[in-house]
This record gives sequence, C-alpha cells and structure tokens, in this order.
Amino acid sequence: MIFSSLKKTMGLASIAALALGAVVARAEQAPKDATLVINGDTKLVTHVKPPSYIPGLSDAYSGWRFRATETQALETDDFDNPGMIFVDQAKDTWNAVDGTEGKSCASCHGAPEESMKGVRASYPKWDPAMGKVATIEMEVNNCRTTRMGAKAWKYTGKDMTDMSALITLQSRGMPVDVAVNGPAKSTWEHGKEMYYTRTGQLELSCASCHEDHYGDLIRAEILSQGQINGFPTYRLKNGKLNSIHARFKGCVRDTRAETYKPGSADFVALELYVASRGNGLSVEGPSVRN
Amino acid sequence: MASGVKPRVKVPKTAAAGDVITIKTLISHKMESGRRKDKKGELIPREIINRFTCEFNGQSVLEVILEPAVSTNPYFEFQAKVPESGEFKFTWYDDDGSVYDTSKSIKVS
Repeated sequence: MIFSSLKKTMGLASIAALALGAVVARAEQAPKDATLVINGDTKLVTHVKPPSYIPGLSDAYSGWRFRATETQALETDDFDNPGMIFVDQAKDTWNAVDGTEGKSCASCHGAPEESMKGVRASYPKWDPAMGKVATIEMEVNNCRTTRMGAKAWKYTGKDMTDMSALITLQSRGMPVDVAVNGPAKSTWEHGKEMYYTRTGQLELSCASCHEDHYGDLIRAEILSQGQINGFPTYRLKNGKLNSIHARFKGCVRDTRAETYKPGSADFVALELYVASRGNGLSVEGPSVRN
Repeated sequence: MASGVKPRVKVPKTAAAGDVITIKTLISHKMESGRRKDKKGELIPREIINRFTCEFNGQSVLEVILEPAVSTNPYFEFQAKVPESGEFKFTWYDDDGSVYDTSKSIKVS
C-alpha cells in the first residue's frame, strides 16, 4: 500500500514538473549489474572509481554494462565475438611482407602475443622520437613508412583498425593506464577542454551526454559514458570493427558540427583525455556493441 | 578464391559416450548476393557459400544448402551425439569452386 501511494505521488510530481515546463535534470543512472568473464576464465573490470583528476564522474563504467543482455553475451566467448574474425585476418597481415624493405610486422616484432603484450593499455602516450602524443595507429603507420617502406594505411581504414584490434587483444584484461602528466600534460589539457566545449548546431559537448546523462535514453539507445577501453569495437549496426576516431567523428557529426579529421592532433588529444577517464577499467577490445 | 575466407570451428575436446554436444561453426565470407549493384550501376556477380557439410568419421551429420539471403560470415550452431572418439570434418563449398575445410577431433571416454 505504502509503495503504491508513493508511486502515485511521484507520478503526480513529475506531471506537475512537465506542466510547468521545468527542465528536470535527471541524475546519472547506474547501469545494470553484471560481471564480464570472457571464455570462462578472463575476468574483466567494468566498474572503477575514476582518478581524482576526473571530478565530473563518480563512477566509471565500461560501455559493456549499458548494453542489452544478448549483446553482452556475444563478448563473453571469443568464438561468438564477431570481432575476432578481423583479428584473425590481421594476424595474416601481421605475417605478410609489404613494402620496399621486404619486411613484415613479424620480421621485427615476432609473435604479437609476446611483443605487443600490455602495449595498448598505456596508449595514447608520449613518443619522444615523434615529439608528440602518439596513438597505436600512428605507431603502426610510422613503422610502415619508416621501417617497412610501405604505404601508410588510412587512419580509420579496415587494415588499420583490424591491426589495432590484434594489438589491443594482447592487452585484454589489463587495466587502462595512460599517463596524463609529464610531456603529455598539455595534450591532455587540450583534450579536456574539447570534452567540455559545446559545439555544433545542437550545442552539445561530450559531457552533455556522456557525463550528465549516461544511462538515459537518447532516442531508442541507452547512452554510455563513452569510455574507449573496448575499442576497436565490433558494432552490430555496421558489421565491422570501428576505431576510436571514427566513433568520435560520428559523435561530433551528430551534434551537427564540422568534425575533426581522424588522426588529427585534436582527436589524438581527445582520445588521450577520454582514455584517462577510464583509467583502471580493463582493456576490452575488440568488444561488441550495438 | 574470395579473399579473407577463414573457417572457424568450436567442438569440445572431450565428451562422455552418447553425449549430445554443441558445435559452433563460422566462416568469414562476404556472401555477395548477386543482387547488389556497383557504382556504375552494374550487377555485382553472386558469390556465396552454397553448401556446408559436417561429417563424423565419414558419416554425414549435417548438410545445409545456403541461398543468397544468408548473411555475411555465416554461422551455424548445432548439436550432435557422439558415440565414440573420432573426427568431425567440416566443409564449405564456394560458388567459385573453392572448397574450404577444417577438422576437429574429439575424445570420448
């Protein structure tokens, strides 16, 4: 009885709020409780307390926690995860010789399971040779052009994203740990500024959706926190692996703004900042999302 | 031969005699339906996996005829009873004449 009358009162209150035209800011909603275990043995962290330099977020959740049960299930078994098809293809590319130097990735790096272990967890990071913050994609293309004598891949192209997935997989289960201080500091600050700056005709910042309204509906979809620990991500909507910058581009486009270029310094800065918001979450790529 | 074709199969390594086991198979294939048009407006010729078979110790377990409406990267999950130790053989037949196969052995105790 008490419950039903309480419900009624709440219903009336919200109707009153609507009638007054008041904007009711909804508090952030915690996603459903579930534990992500892959192949029955790898347990992944999908919820952590974010670092102190992310004051806007009380809890950091992997995007996996916001997805439908069926979509979540696809990621719990590598056979069911369609992203693994592309990892297999990247493994062939890894061993294939390309370019004028007659080298493959394997010529220098051997088996990715050994040489790439833990690499993804700390990227994007400061590359002293380049003199800037570099992403996995930038390192791959650097290798291709300077060491292999091969043509650079398109930043968000299939070859690149699949290779990035192969590299990411070797760090799966390790905590994301990008450095925000030291030489990367100014890049991180730039990323932070971008995150909170409203852009586009809709005047939305990243935070408008992914910090203030995660767990709420945006049309028919449930908003996640926009964490990138699960990238590259196999999306059911397009049946392929999607890179971080391609996703950023889609998001910026949806605010009806001119987008930045994938691989641009702006997106690299944003990637570093967004990655730092999920420091402590497990590297999950290649993940499955809708 | 179509590019990027790779069969993947999951079969339990061990089972008890008479057990019903679940087998999962997936082959990466673009499954071009033959109904799509390219940028010039010309039909892209059909190229699909048209037949899939599974055999256990030479005995047929499953045979599937696939049609153009089947999606890219076709996935099959089915169950089979294993009376004895042996080998599952999986074969996919491509429109262009290519045949892809893989096999997995299972130990029955």
